[in-house]
Amino acid sequence: MIEIIALLLFGIIAGRRLVHYKRLQPWLDRLILWSIFGLLFFLGLSIGRNPEIMHHLPTLGLTAALISLAAITGSLIMAWLLHKLFFKTKKKEHEE
Amino acid sequence: MKNSLAILLFFAVGVLMGNLGWFNLAGDGASTYALYFLMLLVGVSIGTDPRVFSIWSRYGIRILLLPLGTIIGTLGGISLLFLLIPSVGYRELLAVGAGFGYYSLSSIIISEMHSESLGVVALLSNIIREVVTLLTAPLMVYLFGKLAPIAGAGATSMDTTLPVILHSSGKEVAVLALAHGIVLTILVPLLVPLILGM
Repeated sequence: MIEIIALLLFGIIAGRRLVHYKRLQPWLDRLILWSIFGLLFFLGLSIGRNPEIMHHLPTLGLTAALISLAAITGSLIMAWLLHKLFFKTKKKEHEE
Repeated sequence: MKNSLAILLFFAVGVLMGNLGWFNLAGDGASTYALYFLMLLVGVSIGTDPRVFSIWSRYGIRILLLPLGTIIGTLGGISLLFLLIPSVGYRELLAVGAGFGYYSLSSIIISEMHSESLGVVALLSNIIREVVTLLTAPLMVYLFGKLAPIAGAGATSMDTTLPVILHSSGKEVAVLALAHGIVLTILVPLLVPLILGM
């Protein structure tokens, strides 16, 4: 856990120093996208050959749907509260 | 960029090939280093993104209000869910929710740090979050006001769901939606490992 967060923070600090190298950004995005492609492909591979997970897929899907529903509902209620409390009266202020 | 159909395609092809037994190499150690490499890249891309610091210097602490609401709402809603399905585990439920729709990164972190089955739950759950927001944004505005689809979208309010949000809430929420997505996108790779490491 510590390594993951340390690498992220190190990356952010290093990135701040590279902020003026504009040509870096598209390459970086491409590299991230392909790393994600690769990692998800391998995640798919090991899930595909794991009969345990494949067998439980419907249960996992139902759990996933319940989590999304709970997360979205909670977020919507908070958005409604914030809208009532802070944004309604001064919404014109932030227009771009 | 971060959540595209192509990403899902790679995952689906992987599942299919694994199921057919086409690739039988076990590369467990390698995937840890691949995740480390990815986290470093994600960090650098946050650091070099000029929008992150321009939004911060322009709006300061106020810009955190809406993302904070989404975090409290998400984790609060999931805490209530835990009372219904305690068998999954509180930490596990929270970690999946802390993906805030950023399904590619959160599922990779979770399957590496916890288990592949929870990684699958994270992948599905965060895809569902994005798709539900895409489909119901106008209804969200009608029931919960203009900020609702931004909060529903989570981290995706800066890219994949932005067009739908602007269409249903109006163009004046553009800066709010962008900032909300940027803040949550930065927090996903921080919060998910923190929750799992608790």
